[in-house]
Amino acid sequence: MNVCVKRKISVSIKVFGAFYEEGKELMKKQRQTIGDATILFAGDSGDGAQTVGAQLTHTSAIAGNDVSTLPDYPAEIRAPAGSLAGVSGFQLHFSSKEIHTPGDLSDVLVAFNPAALKISLSRLKPNGILILNLDNFGQRNLKLAGYNEDPLEGEIRNKYQVFPVELTRLTRDALVETNLSNKEKELCKNFFALGLVFWLYNRPMDYTLKWIESKFASKPKFIEANILALKGGYAYAEATEQIAVSYEVESAKFSRGTYRNVTGNLGTALGLIAAAQQADLQLVYGSYPITPASDILHELARYKNFGVKTLQMEDEIAAVCAAIGAAFSGALAATGTSGPGFALKGEAIGLAVMTELPLVVLNIQRAGPSTGMPTKTEQTDLLQALYGRNGESPIPVLAASRPSDCFDTVYEAAKIALKYMTPVVFLSDGYVANGAEPWLIPAVSDLPTISADFATDPDRFLPYQRDPETGRRPWAVPGTVGLEHRIGGLEKSDLTGDISYDPENHEKMSYLRAQKVANIANEIPRTDVFGSDSGDLLVIGWGGTYGALRTAVSNQRNAGASVSHLHLRFLNPLPNDLSSIIQNFERVMIAELNLGQLNKIVRSEYLVDTIAYNKIQGQPFQVTEVETKIEEVLTVEN
Amino acid sequence: MNLSEEKKSLHIPAAVPTTNKKDFESDQDVRWCPGCGDYSILSQTQRILPELGIPKEQLVFISGIGCSSRFPYYMNTYGFHTIHGRAPAIAAGVKATNPELSVWVITGDGDALSIGGNHFLHMLRRNLDINVLLFNNRIYGLTKGQYSPTSEVGKVTTSSPFGSLDRPLNPVEIALSAGATFVARSLDRDTKHLQSIIKAAHEHKGTSFIEVYQNCNIYNNGAFFTYTEKATKADNTVVLEHGEQLVFGAKRDKGIRLNGFQPEVVYIDDTSDTDLIVHDQFADDPTLAYFLSRMTDVPEHPLPIGIFRSVQCPCYEDMLTDQVQRARQSNGDGNLEKLLNSGETWVV
Repeated sequence: MNVCVKRKISVSIKVFGAFYEEGKELMKKQRQTIGDATILFAGDSGDGAQTVGAQLTHTSAIAGNDVSTLPDYPAEIRAPAGSLAGVSGFQLHFSSKEIHTPGDLSDVLVAFNPAALKISLSRLKPNGILILNLDNFGQRNLKLAGYNEDPLEGEIRNKYQVFPVELTRLTRDALVETNLSNKEKELCKNFFALGLVFWLYNRPMDYTLKWIESKFASKPKFIEANILALKGGYAYAEATEQIAVSYEVESAKFSRGTYRNVTGNLGTALGLIAAAQQADLQLVYGSYPITPASDILHELARYKNFGVKTLQMEDEIAAVCAAIGAAFSGALAATGTSGPGFALKGEAIGLAVMTELPLVVLNIQRAGPSTGMPTKTEQTDLLQALYGRNGESPIPVLAASRPSDCFDTVYEAAKIALKYMTPVVFLSDGYVANGAEPWLIPAVSDLPTISADFATDPDRFLPYQRDPETGRRPWAVPGTVGLEHRIGGLEKSDLTGDISYDPENHEKMSYLRAQKVANIANEIPRTDVFGSDSGDLLVIGWGGTYGALRTAVSNQRNAGASVSHLHLRFLNPLPNDLSSIIQNFERVMIAELNLGQLNKIVRSEYLVDTIAYNKIQGQPFQVTEVETKIEEVLTVEN
Repeated sequence: MNLSEEKKSLHIPAAVPTTNKKDFESDQDVRWCPGCGDYSILSQTQRILPELGIPKEQLVFISGIGCSSRFPYYMNTYGFHTIHGRAPAIAAGVKATNPELSVWVITGDGDALSIGGNHFLHMLRRNLDINVLLFNNRIYGLTKGQYSPTSEVGKVTTSSPFGSLDRPLNPVEIALSAGATFVARSLDRDTKHLQSIIKAAHEHKGTSFIEVYQNCNIYNNGAFFTYTEKATKADNTVVLEHGEQLVFGAKRDKGIRLNGFQPEVVYIDDTSDTDLIVHDQFADDPTLAYFLSRMTDVPEHPLPIGIFRSVQCPCYEDMLTDQVQRARQSNGDGNLEKLLNSGETWVV
């Protein structure tokens, strides 16, 4: 920061002295220590809710809290200002204890306009803090949000602690000495709001100050302005008599190590790069932009110095086909998409099954069917991943349970693809992909060994001769002298890989392909059950529901319930010990964000009378609703 | 003794393998219908390959689905018989991963222009250094004789007993529109011409597209006989040669000149030589090539065969490699430990 900016800021803090009544002592405000807090910023897409949400996340993480976040984007890039369709939210949960979810209901809602209030008020706790930008509550915006009467006149003040703040005017006042236009000044109001929340939770400003300086390096006038707004908001909160209490959330106890915040998509991209590096292979990623998977393409495209080649192809089919070509040529090949794209890729994934090439297929699930709700989360592609191809077409399927789990899960998917010469499906979802939490960065030397085993010896080379232990066929890549051979989608003759229509051969090959995938169960470590190894109820989940299920089960156990939680990473093959674990519980409940897809699998696989617990609203499970369901099941039981 | 053993024992330098046609024939029985034009295309490819001097382990033949797409099974090279219409995308992945390979896409009129139309366009605009042979027989052979996207209007087939309604596509015209850098046409029955075009395609750096008129003697017999048979060929085709006038006819007494925007056939007696179009395959501007491509299936015009266009343009894989190298130069070779620890980190 240059000297000039520093001086102006100090001047401005003096301007904000106007908020303190002349000559009056600062009101002595209370400070309470609490365990955790959940904040929800909501406003128009252009209000900057995501930006300030991310700032509070990083600040809290660096301050030593455990954090978990959930951005909630509208489908429209820029819906009309003030409309319900344009509301963008960012929810953040920070805590002095280990947490697994971004929180059910929020303690604080910052609503930048009436539409944001209308959409988000149901997510504010009773008696929660509601901070409103009063300047946006004019007739026009109220009408756009569908309010016939001013909501601030109604019951709202009895139910919540309402703090109407003239956010726009105060921001303009804070920036009075800058030479920004009024419009430009108003752009900074999100940082004024952030300053207010920073004061409310006694957050240090250092991280955000540094971030503003680097973010706006090419537009220096906004460095000064945003810093003024941030400090203005902080000073205002301190001075105003509206807000009497501030809160302290102490550091959480973390395992030792270096941490960073990671979103699921970032972790996935890093995991793929790590797998390629450790296997000493090029990473080739074929993709076609699709929500919510595109960020993986964006992230990978940055790392050409790692030899990463991203091919943005003409469509989903071309994307997976380019990856299959890359796999044939000896790369660690991956393709990424969401449900609709996965459907398009189905035939090509079948080709990878038939030609037994290593391929990682990422499906970042979203609400369907068809285009569905692209920005909303769901777990409805499990059956598609398992069975969405013609013919008997077995594929290993793994699912990441949370943002910090994506790195390990995709790394494992790549390892299996290379070791078994098979396409592998990696399932994530919008909630995991966009959510963020601290990630204990692994040491490269601690990463599992991963290797590419290329065939090089022409002596008695047979393209479909299998390794007796894994069932894999050799990986003989073009360019290798003496291993010239042909592969394709037609049925293969055992060993030679020549075209075959022989009935017995087809049956044999079908079993061999199935056995190869079944062999992967030997890779799966002992299944970890949270709670007791036996009891009244076992809750089984997979993928992005981990946090809500773990928290709910933990809470219920603390309340004395006999309930345990098992979360699956492998959906195909299922762990060898799952059958015996299930036997140890009176009842088994399978909780998932679909109409019971894993439930079908578990029932048919183990002949067990499971209870399906489903939600299909495009939203994650809330801890409280899972707890209610557990209580209900246990009550019926007893 | 296989080739690699031979090399070891005779100390032949690996860079210049001496091969003959037989070296490129696989041990699989060729299973096209007897008399199919595909046999000739396979043969001409296998005949010309020894001249091109590509080590066979560097050769990759990639096909989609259809009669033509069985081709890779018959080549003793690397081969990939993929899925319908998708060979261009798979070839892109192969070439982008290993630019050293010599990649050939084998496709047909249905594979490239119906189900794979999208990939066909994007392959051509992307301009990877690959070669594409489109076997155009104007019919669906493998599925027993339905009309294809290059069939003439009114074609009576199993799926169009009252005649087909769709207007045909012209592959050469589409290739030019998509920005292809090498566009040629040849005939299954003109073996020498086909060999020379395959050779020129290989020598061209960039995506080389060859449309080969291929006779399906079962479902569309004689579709191209006007252009391929001795009695009619000379008067109904004009061979494009760079720098030469467009002259044709059994007596080489006819030529093509422009009348306004229309090509017209003139007897050479009637006109001075200078009026005839002189072919320029290297012209930056594709107008001449477009104009020639439009002389397809026009009864009063001869069919152009040969190289319509051959221009230089950067190849996708070279630019990709260049980006990788530049990134390594400016950011250093990727360091995983550093990457994982980048961004805002904190220590507990």
